[in-house]
Amino acid sequence: MPNILMPALSPTMEEGKLAKWLKQVGDNVKSGDVIAEIETDKATMEVEAVDEGKLTEILVPEGTENVKVNTPIAIILADGEAAPAAAPKPAAAKAEEKPAAAPQAEAKTEAPAAPAIATSTLKDTEVPEGTEMVHMTVREALRLAMSEEMRRDKSVFLMGEEVGQYQGAYKISQGMLDEFGPERVIDTPITEHGFTGIAVGAGFAGLKPIVEFMTFNFAMQAMDQIINSAAKTLYMAGGQMGCSIVFRGPNGAAARVGAQHSQDYAAWYSSVPGLKVVMPYSAADALGLMKAAIRDPNPVIFLENEILYGKSFDVPKVDDWIVPIGKAKVARPGKHVTIVSFGIGMTYALSAADKLAAEGIEAEVIDLRTIRPMDIATVVESVKKTNRCVTVEEAWPQCSVGTEIAAQLMTHAFDYLDAPVARVNGKDVPMPYAANLEKLALPSVDDVVQAVKSVLYV
Amino acid sequence: MAVKSAYIAKKSQKNQRGEGKSDETGDIFDREEEFQAYHDMLLIRRFEEKAGQLYGMGFIGGFCHLYIGQEAVVVGMQMALKPGDQVITSYRDHGHMLATGMDPKGVMAELTGRRGGYSKGKGGSMHMFSREKQFFGGHGIVGAQVPLGAGLAFANKYRGNDHVALTYFGEGASNQGQVYETFNMAALWKLPVIFIIENNRYAMGTAVTRSAAKSEELFNRGSVYGIPGEQVDGMDVRAVRAAGEKAVAHCRAGDGPYILEMMTYRYRGHSMSDPAKYRAKEEVQKMREESDPIEQVKKRLIETGAANEDELKKIDAEIRAIVMEAAEFAQSDPEPDPSELWTDIYVNA
Repeated sequence: MPNILMPALSPTMEEGKLAKWLKQVGDNVKSGDVIAEIETDKATMEVEAVDEGKLTEILVPEGTENVKVNTPIAIILADGEAAPAAAPKPAAAKAEEKPAAAPQAEAKTEAPAAPAIATSTLKDTEVPEGTEMVHMTVREALRLAMSEEMRRDKSVFLMGEEVGQYQGAYKISQGMLDEFGPERVIDTPITEHGFTGIAVGAGFAGLKPIVEFMTFNFAMQAMDQIINSAAKTLYMAGGQMGCSIVFRGPNGAAARVGAQHSQDYAAWYSSVPGLKVVMPYSAADALGLMKAAIRDPNPVIFLENEILYGKSFDVPKVDDWIVPIGKAKVARPGKHVTIVSFGIGMTYALSAADKLAAEGIEAEVIDLRTIRPMDIATVVESVKKTNRCVTVEEAWPQCSVGTEIAAQLMTHAFDYLDAPVARVNGKDVPMPYAANLEKLALPSVDDVVQAVKSVLYV
Repeated sequence: MAVKSAYIAKKSQKNQRGEGKSDETGDIFDREEEFQAYHDMLLIRRFEEKAGQLYGMGFIGGFCHLYIGQEAVVVGMQMALKPGDQVITSYRDHGHMLATGMDPKGVMAELTGRRGGYSKGKGGSMHMFSREKQFFGGHGIVGAQVPLGAGLAFANKYRGNDHVALTYFGEGASNQGQVYETFNMAALWKLPVIFIIENNRYAMGTAVTRSAAKSEELFNRGSVYGIPGEQVDGMDVRAVRAAGEKAVAHCRAGDGPYILEMMTYRYRGHSMSDPAKYRAKEEVQKMREESDPIEQVKKRLIETGAANEDELKKIDAEIRAIVMEAAEFAQSDPEPDPSELWTDIYVNA
């Protein structure tokens, strides 16, 4: 390649000034030699030779302004190489086709439509008529799920703060150290950023880590590893390498723990392509979804709630109970209004539905269960029947999950809505400590009842 | 006789736990090893020069961080490994990929954002991977690959194999908090990971003396965790391999992590758009003339009569042909199909 072209020296440079020639016609040039100085919009840069040979011609004299990128500026010939024929030279002509380097398809091709996020091919476990129900807390369900999966697959392990000897800060992993040993139930130092990165690296290597955050508030320390490393690598690697990993722990407000320990992260994580986000309410869903999350080949954010840990539910007594990720559930059928919630929000939603029923209003309550990929079809189907929708969650209102549902309903059910979608959220304030203020900051059953009445115009 | 790196005035150092003698470059290469080192380093050099040229022509966009000057580090370390050992690094990663044996065509095509690139054109210069070659990226966030590399080592230990994870990072990243979190856990759990600090003296435009306390002893930064560390002449491929072999043996024996501080130098700017005004031209020139890793090998080969100019020219020509082929492929290979926009976000469950 005898032609030296005006180089682009920054991602945005289109032209520059050829400030100075440091080599002259007749000079021998080695690769790495600085041959010229160029002024860009940002700085003066040196141009180094790539090829070796003799500088036989300078095509653009020094001091020339506005030299377009890829203009031939000089000719260097290697030993014994013949001077190229008269311009346009082949190399220059090639360079002038620079748009070929830019996306050829750019202007002409519209981005293809987004396919639906592939949900799990796992099926709901069948529950035969007359199946016995077991009473189980969410805590027991989570422990059972992890233990069953660790028995099933040796590449699954649990790591986090106090998961082993202390038996779990919230006793989720109680007894697991005894069963699986310290190689698979691993106590970490209080260094979320570091141990999350180690877990993701182990995931890249093919292991299936379960990372317990003592609360998701502390996962903010590890956000870079969760988003930049876990969520994006599969895409950046063209599908070659991703990680199967579960990040789990209590999320949202407990009681009286103040602003730094009370945030609900459902909306944050659910905005990230590459992550799946699960937030169960009942013990049956906690069990089935946790097993599905551990088997899922993608990073899954599993948002639990401290207040729900001790709450008991009926769980069908079947082998290998699985709840596929990405499916909402109609928790209570109704015809007048649709209430959509998830996680602890379901406690407000279901209590409100009870109260409303006493007034003759039949609310259909949908438990979203998975936030991403969101089963908006189930919500739309319900709203087509009820024509009204209220969303309920503890998180802040702006860009909340409720906001997303409202937007989706405008797109997919606009003509069916008889009232604007109403959102019931936590107040737009950091969580206060004082008991009375905290109560005011969180949603209440009455808030939900009020919102339902507002969309029903009663 | 080794040509000593000019700026490592004093002898290479080691902390109280390091037992090596990486300063002595006593590790002698036989003729075949000298040729291999020459070939592998020259391939990186010529590849990077071509990448710089393609950037100048607009074929490569965004950020592009060249490895020119640092070639002895990856080539020497790679010579100390066995198949199955893992490598992970930062965004100055082209040299690491070539050293692990990744195809120059696939790497160059990724730089130009084409479908034949290692990441189908979706990763770019900073984000490439090869499961086959056990190369785990290619990471764009300073320091993030350090815990990830320890995670690879964790997996080795978990599986009970004797593989070692090489985790490269710059001296700039060595100030990151997550690096120390990782040192702590790697030492606590005796993970088989070698932390390789590529000290090229400038974190973008900030000299190491302006960013790091006790900057002359970065190899010592793991000493409070009991991690042995050594400073190595990273311009001498033999010194690198010797230190690498010792560190690898330490890890394979189950003795936990090891730190190698490679004293090296990048000739080019931090990225393509760096005018490099923070250092004197003379400094760069001096390194090129007195310490160039490739010239060192070349000089030895010639002076000992192990090779003549013609033999080396033949290697040069072979490498130019490989690089030319990679560049031509990278310019002619089509861009990814638009449908690729929506693939590889999730693995189907």
